[in-house]
Amino acid sequence: MSSHQHHFAEQHSSSKEAPKGSLVFLKGLWQENPVLQQLLGMCPTLAVTNSAINGLSMGLATAFTVVASGIVISTFRKIFRREIRIVSFTLIIATFVTIADLFLAANFPEISKNLGPYVPLIVVNCLILGRQEAFTSKNTVGLSILDTLGAGVGFTWVLIVLGSIREFLGAGSIFEFQILGSWFEPWVIMILPAGAFITLGFLIALTNYINQSQAEAHCK
Amino acid sequence: MKSSIKTALILATIGTISAVSISFMAQYAYPIIEKNREAALRKAILSVLPGAERFEIIDEKNKIYRGLNRDNKTVGYAFVGQGGGYQGIIKMMIGISPNLQSLTSIIILENLETPGLGAKITSDEFRSQFQNLPVQLPTEYILNKPPEEPNQIQAITGATISTRAVVNILNDYVKHVKSKITWETP
Repeated sequence: MSSHQHHFAEQHSSSKEAPKGSLVFLKGLWQENPVLQQLLGMCPTLAVTNSAINGLSMGLATAFTVVASGIVISTFRKIFRREIRIVSFTLIIATFVTIADLFLAANFPEISKNLGPYVPLIVVNCLILGRQEAFTSKNTVGLSILDTLGAGVGFTWVLIVLGSIREFLGAGSIFEFQILGSWFEPWVIMILPAGAFITLGFLIALTNYINQSQAEAHCK
Repeated sequence: MKSSIKTALILATIGTISAVSISFMAQYAYPIIEKNREAALRKAILSVLPGAERFEIIDEKNKIYRGLNRDNKTVGYAFVGQGGGYQGIIKMMIGISPNLQSLTSIIILENLETPGLGAKITSDEFRSQFQNLPVQLPTEYILNKPPEEPNQIQAITGATISTRAVVNILNDYVKHVKSKITWETP
């Protein structure tokens, strides 16, 4: 985790001029997508995407946490001292994760049961601490909201796509809506852990392929 | 020295604010979570005891409940059983007839069995085998062919361990509950 953080810190400290708002938001969706480009938050990405609804709920819970803690941290960014910043950030993140966990358990007991221990584990998702270290602790509240929202939405859409592909091949449905009939023999492996690695591998390969062919087209 | 006191103060402040916010959230959430839990328990009990309209607790510690119909007549007992499955704990609600001679139905409350294989213990096809299953003798499972004796059920193909877990939980708890209920209602 720490090597990732250094990487971010360097990346952002090199560009001194104020970043443009729309760009700050959009880069999270593709160019600096937490899952497909930065490979952060792999644990929930692999563990809970056995159905589209699980992917969506994990994505939203993570997005809520990263945005809410981003707002608090950017607001009080002058107070956090260097030597205690990681402890401070972790405390704030853990508070929001606990709130999200209790909210899910109270209002969506079924989803809460499906996600199990992976909701409390959002605390250790490097994507969240990564955004605070790299961005919100150094930028204004407005830009921080855009940045964390971009990362949250970027994380969520990838989890929905992963969950949908796995649910479609593993159960013949998407969002529990049955698409394939009884003739379809479900690929059970897709909803097992191995299916997560296979699907994510193909998605990342596809992303790299698209980026490469775009770069080549740009050169010509 | 001064700096370390300031550092401690900052951390203490963050900690206090965190604790207060979580307490507020917990105050809102815990009653609802408790209500959800009760609703789920009620639904499970009533669904394993056909004809039951309400239930009363007869043994809080062992989680044994008596199901009653509209005329306040006992339609059976329901109890929670749990034990080790293939990948984790299997927890189920078991319904038994008032004379304790046969099951009414079972429902799997929690399981971590393999999807598509062991998780089939939650399917209606598997569960229906337990409806009206006589329990004077311990339940047995057999492989790859239809049951011959009244106390037998057919195992799920490819998930013998999960089937065995369900049957073992059933036998353990039925025996235990039989002794409890006859003990308590003379």
